[in-house]
Amino acid sequence: MSNAKLVAESGKIVDVAAKDAPLTVRGLTVSYGNKPAVFSVDASIPAGSMTAIIGPNGAGKSTFLKGALGVVPRLSGEVRIFGKLFAEARDRVAYVPQRASVDWDFPARVIDVVLMGLYGSVGLFRLWRSRHREQAMDCLERVGMADFADRQIGQLSGGQQQRVFLARALAQNAEFYLLDEPFAGVDAATERAIVSVLKELKAEGRTVVCVHHDLSTVPEYFDRVLLINVRRIAEGPVETTFTAENLQETYGGRLAATHIDELHLA
Amino acid sequence: MIDDLITALGAEFVQLSLSPIVIGILAAVACALPGNFLLLRRQALIGDAISHVVLPGIVGAFLVTGTITAVPMMLGAGVAAIIAVVMIEIVKRLGRVEPGAAMGLVFTTLFAAGVLFLEVTDTSSVHIDVQHALLGNLESLIWFDAEGWGSLFDPAALATLPPQLPRLAIVLVGIGLFILLFWKELKISTFDAAFAEAIGIRTRLLSFALVVATAIAAVAAFDAVGSIIVIAMFVCPPASARLMTNQLGRQVGWSVVFAVISAVLGYVFAGYGPGWFGSPYAVSAAGMIATISGIILILTCLFGPQRKRTGQRAEA
Repeated sequence: MSNAKLVAESGKIVDVAAKDAPLTVRGLTVSYGNKPAVFSVDASIPAGSMTAIIGPNGAGKSTFLKGALGVVPRLSGEVRIFGKLFAEARDRVAYVPQRASVDWDFPARVIDVVLMGLYGSVGLFRLWRSRHREQAMDCLERVGMADFADRQIGQLSGGQQQRVFLARALAQNAEFYLLDEPFAGVDAATERAIVSVLKELKAEGRTVVCVHHDLSTVPEYFDRVLLINVRRIAEGPVETTFTAENLQETYGGRLAATHIDELHLA
Repeated sequence: MIDDLITALGAEFVQLSLSPIVIGILAAVACALPGNFLLLRRQALIGDAISHVVLPGIVGAFLVTGTITAVPMMLGAGVAAIIAVVMIEIVKRLGRVEPGAAMGLVFTTLFAAGVLFLEVTDTSSVHIDVQHALLGNLESLIWFDAEGWGSLFDPAALATLPPQLPRLAIVLVGIGLFILLFWKELKISTFDAAFAEAIGIRTRLLSFALVVATAIAAVAAFDAVGSIIVIAMFVCPPASARLMTNQLGRQVGWSVVFAVISAVLGYVFAGYGPGWFGSPYAVSAAGMIATISGIILILTCLFGPQRKRTGQRAEA
């Protein structure tokens, strides 16, 4: 994990291998109105890693992801995906927005949502065909939702909806997965299912980044952390970076000392 | 009874009723199609806003050109729609208010300006007044030269069809093609805009195209049937259709069915309905079409198979 140590020094990215890292971000600033949600954040996600983005509510974790992918406009900053502009590397990236960001009352079945992940392979002015359906069913199988293919998405539980979102991302067959709070409000069975799929992805050499809330599961699920509170606080392997001092700095006074003691910190 | 029907659908029907009914259907479907997406994007108010804004545009075009021919009217309406969209954006940004509030402010202001123009200027010589703007005059769009069903195959007679008919037909084909060709993009970006953006769909451009399609439908339909029907058709058939199915494609299909039923029944009831109750008068067809679409919405709310949807809604 040598490329994990790359740092921006005097405005230059030192590590040459980082050029083709799944994600390299320098000085990313995103603002809603006058107040920056993310201010001058640097980050570098090495290939094959599994990174948790951690920080208090409103710290700009989701905005960091959206800014990196250009879903929200950037005020400044440079982003490279596999060494390229995102527009040129789009088909290598799968993004899973927060479950709560969409209206699940939308008239669609589970299979319809997963088919959206195959958009890139359908072609302009064309519609989904039977081979796309088969691919989508395979993805539903992987998240244990194949029996729900024809169910209206509004009839699913929160955990099931999250699995459908993950299946849609699997359908994209990407190298780099960015998930926004995939464990928010899901049941224990879904959490286990999602973790096992993410670990499969990692085992296949793919890269995973999750906005994550539950500090107690960080060492178990992830190998790297990126601590954000509007600014970047720290980034690196769990063993060296997921420390009491860094968490204290990230959360300010909002994290009780006793809470920190209970974590399996480095 | 059968004789009545044959008489009812005879030469007189072709001359007096066929063209208004077809125009009513075209207008209703042209508005209902984009209405499906506006509704699901929680933007149904945009249709409402645009159809209000059309009035000052048309009055303005009349004041500038002094005629009520179609082209300047539609240009005026188009210009007004663009001004409204820009004004909404300005109010939204400067006032930091939600889009609905900005729209409400802009379209009531522009509509009031339109009414004011009408009242203070001399438009009495021509057939342009608030009544006409709201309800149109569907009944007047008759096909003078038709002599029966055979006229449908007579080029000379066809050439004298009210110009609103071919115009709306072209608009409907255009909107239909737009929705068909960009079906995937519209569906994905309506459901999950952030995901759509990430996979490379030009969501802002698509939203803009949808608003333009809406504006074209509103302006073309307004010319023929007035703004009441336009507002009703953007909302009622799609909303009723949503209660019939849980699939987007079927929803759009149902909305077309409901739009056609509203147009046909509305026209027939307006013309003949009062007579069934012994009244010598007819009521406004556009108003009755809107009423029927509202009744369909009530019926689907009461009996639609998907009226009770369980499961979780989006938590903000």
